[in-house]
Amino acid sequence: MLQRLEHLLGIENLTREQITFILDQSKPFQEFQRHPLKKLATLRGKTVALAFFEPSTRTRISFATAAARLGADTMNLQAESSSLKKGESLLDTVRTLEAMRPDGIVIRHSSSGAPHFVAARLEVPVLNAGDGTHEHPTQALLDALTVRDRKGKLEGLNVSILGDILHSRVARSDIQLFGKFGTRITLCGPAMWVPRELETLAPNIHREARIERALEDADVIIVLRVQTERMHEPALAAEEFILRHQLTPERLKLARPEAVVLHPGPMIRGLEIDPRVADGAQSCVLEQVTNGLAVRMALLYHLVGGAPVDAPHPAKGRSNAAD
Amino acid sequence: MRVVEKRQLLSAEEIGRTLQRLAHEIVEKSGGTKDLALIGVRRRGVPLSQRLASIIRTSSSANVPVGTLDITLYRDDLSTVAQQPVVQSNEIEFPVDDRDIVLVDDVLYTGRTVRAAMNGLFDLGRPRRIRLCVLIDRGHRELPVEAAFIGSTIQTSDTEIVEVRLQEIDGEERVVLVDRVA
Repeated sequence: MLQRLEHLLGIENLTREQITFILDQSKPFQEFQRHPLKKLATLRGKTVALAFFEPSTRTRISFATAAARLGADTMNLQAESSSLKKGESLLDTVRTLEAMRPDGIVIRHSSSGAPHFVAARLEVPVLNAGDGTHEHPTQALLDALTVRDRKGKLEGLNVSILGDILHSRVARSDIQLFGKFGTRITLCGPAMWVPRELETLAPNIHREARIERALEDADVIIVLRVQTERMHEPALAAEEFILRHQLTPERLKLARPEAVVLHPGPMIRGLEIDPRVADGAQSCVLEQVTNGLAVRMALLYHLVGGAPVDAPHPAKGRSNAAD
Repeated sequence: MRVVEKRQLLSAEEIGRTLQRLAHEIVEKSGGTKDLALIGVRRRGVPLSQRLASIIRTSSSANVPVGTLDITLYRDDLSTVAQQPVVQSNEIEFPVDDRDIVLVDDVLYTGRTVRAAMNGLFDLGRPRRIRLCVLIDRGHRELPVEAAFIGSTIQTSDTEIVEVRLQEIDGEERVVLVDRVA
């Protein structure tokens, strides 16, 4: 029996079985997105705190929608208006949240390890929506679901990750996840953004300087956002990046014919990705968004639903079942 | 907790004959098969609904659509269980709006499963009518729910469980009354 997940802090501590379970449990929620009426009462009465200490539109809306569709209420904390700016410590902010008695906390923070810090101190399930440059586990899970749906499996695929891998928590979670499924992972980007240390994150992983080599035989191509706030760094100019690292239709042809292209978003069309690739048949970006909703609903259902872990068992109703 | 078999309620042949009768009743009391659809409640309602559709197809040459409904997300007891039950997908390929739906399940007991199933159906559309077909009605309703098509009505006590075993799921074909033993 699968060990019950208490928190979702990262991919690194999930087993392959747990990941498969989450992906399998996301499938009914994928189907749910096609219902005429997208409102359940499953988490009615539960409150999910959305503690976003870093700006985020897509992930926050995705989690908020997931909670709402499950029937839960949400408490919204956003960095710009937060007491954090007034000098309150993370722990105090979170203690304040806890005093409002949420049934789950979704947290995005600029410090790696912040979700773990919170989970160790509070009696509430914690879901990591991105911590520093450490992990973004729900992104990796929705990427895996997208790939599994398109390719039929995760095992044995060739996965190429392109771009600024050093600063990408998405890349780290993706590497951890795909690494657990016997894939061959290739990293490619400007040299100072693809350090050797990354090769310790998965069993079969190597760096490739040239994008053409990195794309050969790829089944899955994950294109990372160029964090333009870093483009002022002397080492890299946009023109050179485009010349050497943009995923163009011509370069995409070097990959396997059925290769799929993923991007965590938001895309900068014309920078890391040619618009024709972004809108092409091999691009999965819209599926990724829908799958993100399904994955987050599955996670909220399992982590936030149910009785509190240490609650005394109330008298169970009668049921015609032996279990 | 263990279960101890008390007695057999239906044999394989009796299940077969009961389903034949139920299928014919459904067609008869629906004024034909236009707009009719069968929806099996996971788990054991599913093979039962498929068998009923098959009998109807053979005897009336009518292709009544069949679907599968998973009620996990609509249960009213989720906040009482420590670990959330595994959810499965529905499989309903036809629109539910304006349909004459017969919900199919193995056992009708408190009625809570049926309430959950109706909620699940309403999320998919607005059926014209919903009726319930069960193999066994064992009494002890906790909600105002009734079945229009009943295979067999059995008197039971609270400690007993009615186990419907079907070839497709259990590898055998019988209905037994079992007792919960501490």
